[in-house]
Amino acid sequence: MTLKAETIQAIRTAAHHHGGAKAAMLEALKLVQAAEGWVSDAHLAEAAATLGVTTAELDSLATFYSHIFRSPVGEMVILLCDGLSCYLNGADDVRDAVQQKLGIRFGETTPDGKFTLLNVCCIGGCDRAPAALLGPDRKLVGPLSADQLDQLIEDAR
Amino acid sequence: MTATPLTGRARPDRSPHSFAEWQRLGGYDALRRALKELSPDDLVSLVEASGLRGRGGAGFLTGTKWKLMRKAAAAAGEGPRYLCVNGDEMEPGSFKDRLLLEALPHQLIEGAMLAAYAIGATEVILLVRDAYRAGAAALNRAIVEIESAGLLGSNILGSGFSLTMRVHGSAGRYIVGEETALISAIEGDRPVPRARPPYPAQSGLWGRPTIVNNVETLSCVPLIVQHGADWFRGLSRTEEGGTKLYGVSGRVNRPMLIEAPMGTTARELIERCGGIRDGRRLRAFQPGGGATAFLEQAELDVPMDFGHLKKAGSALGTGALIVLDETSCPVASIARHARFYARESCGLCTPCRDGLPWVSKLLDQLEAGQGTAATLELLQMHVDLASPSGRSFCDLMTGAMTPVRSGLERFADVFAAHLAGRCPVGRA
Ligand SMILES: Cc1cc2nc3c(=O)[nH]c(=O)nc-3n(C[C@H](O)[C@H](O)[C@H](O)COP(=O)(O)O)c2cc1C
Ligand code: SF4
Ligand code: FES
Repeated sequence: MTLKAETIQAIRTAAHHHGGAKAAMLEALKLVQAAEGWVSDAHLAEAAATLGVTTAELDSLATFYSHIFRSPVGEMVILLCDGLSCYLNGADDVRDAVQQKLGIRFGETTPDGKFTLLNVCCIGGCDRAPAALLGPDRKLVGPLSADQLDQLIEDAR
Repeated sequence: MTATPLTGRARPDRSPHSFAEWQRLGGYDALRRALKELSPDDLVSLVEASGLRGRGGAGFLTGTKWKLMRKAAAAAGEGPRYLCVNGDEMEPGSFKDRLLLEALPHQLIEGAMLAAYAIGATEVILLVRDAYRAGAAALNRAIVEIESAGLLGSNILGSGFSLTMRVHGSAGRYIVGEETALISAIEGDRPVPRARPPYPAQSGLWGRPTIVNNVETLSCVPLIVQHGADWFRGLSRTEEGGTKLYGVSGRVNRPMLIEAPMGTTARELIERCGGIRDGRRLRAFQPGGGATAFLEQAELDVPMDFGHLKKAGSALGTGALIVLDETSCPVASIARHARFYARESCGLCTPCRDGLPWVSKLLDQLEAGQGTAATLELLQMHVDLASPSGRSFCDLMTGAMTPVRSGLERFADVFAAHLAGRCPVGRA
């Protein structure tokens, strides 16, 4: 599987916009991920070749940033906040309920490939705690109850 | 003039204004005036006189920072200078810059343009955390708008001042917010902090003089230019100018963002949030985010500014007031923070890379009632390793150990009970 022509073009544009190939490496990874859902070895190599950087250079960024996924993820990634303000507002209960509902733990994807559940640090939604980010647009949702997250998952199914 | 000049124009649904709408509200008046009437030196002096302190955490006087940079830049010789806008906002409990990015992008952009004019920068790079996609999109739209209005590019409004501006989206690492790591991130390196000296003002982005300023800091600048330094000072209750965006969260009835005079007390802020949840009693609060020391009942009336909170043994940090009530266990709370800092260590310095996961594990064990005789001693050892600050490449490690240090001091009884296998508090 090779990258889509639009993705390649977008990477080239990004290199121009960021003032150079190296400065555009993270943006390139984000573009690959936006198009493909995650960053496979083959796509990483192709993006590196497009930019004219080594795969090692590009992978050194890919493995550093937590929101770049180097293994397959579900159609909807749920990033559940485990920061203090969310904890103080019952985030552990929401976590337990969603893990039970989906039958997966943090870092796992449902067998049907629909959902991936990840824990993340404070997402700047402490006024809406407990909070989560949903989907590729990182939509902020909260304050979440176990029931509400349940509903959001049903809607996404 | 409203009591909330910084956020008063934000719409309740946070939808950003178009350029035309913003201009009707007085947007870019300050820029037009400054380019016509003020020299860069005048602008630096004005901001210095306003008493504006950096809102990213350290509280350094913004005008003075710019002045020092201009000096360093003169020594660095001909070539570009840069302004980096720090929109990483990942300190636990902080959610103030999100509003300014999402709802008031033109205010921030005007502030960044004024700062760039003051320090002689030719390019502004706005770094925005990945969780703030709406904020990044608002900025991108606003930049396109002012480009077509002729407010960006070369010889802006015939002033001879030229500037370009772009957004750099991050991808979820706390360390990117540290200013030298932020510079590395923009260059495309692994974002790990750099040794100082040289300071960014001397040699920053691509080896050139660079200023890194926080989103809230820069958003204040158009107001200062428009209404004057005295007016800005008058907004505050203390020596430190302006209003402050306080983010109140945790165990209050209505967690929220509050713009209030600099020096407002925690008591007033908590009251404005409807008090402690369900009428319970306060146990403690962190006044400025995860890396600030705990305060208690006795400190509720300390004016929340950089100077007063420092004197009280804590810090204003990001102005993120996290409230613990009597049902919140300090050990469990500190353990949450410790997991975060351990996960976010960039790995450069050994006591941070290897120490913080150890601290986190010790606290998890303690929380579960499985501490040993050595637990508290080991925690204290790491506290001592992390202070004074300056022993590591950046302040993440010292910041991470701050709640641990202050927890050990203030909640010795709770730590002791956990050591005996019992949480005296119960779950939050
Ligand atoms: C680990 C770490 C993370 C930081 N994160 C941020 C951040 O997200 N946003 C920010 O403005 N400053 C952050 N800072 C502070 C910056 O290094 C820098 O002091 C600040 O951006 C300067 O802007 P100011 O002078 O306007 O406050 C962080 C510092 C450290 C040590
Ligand atoms: S203190 Fe920690 S985060 Fe900061 S440079 Fe050292 S290892 Fe990296
Ligand atoms: S602690 Fe969860 S959003 Fe801040």
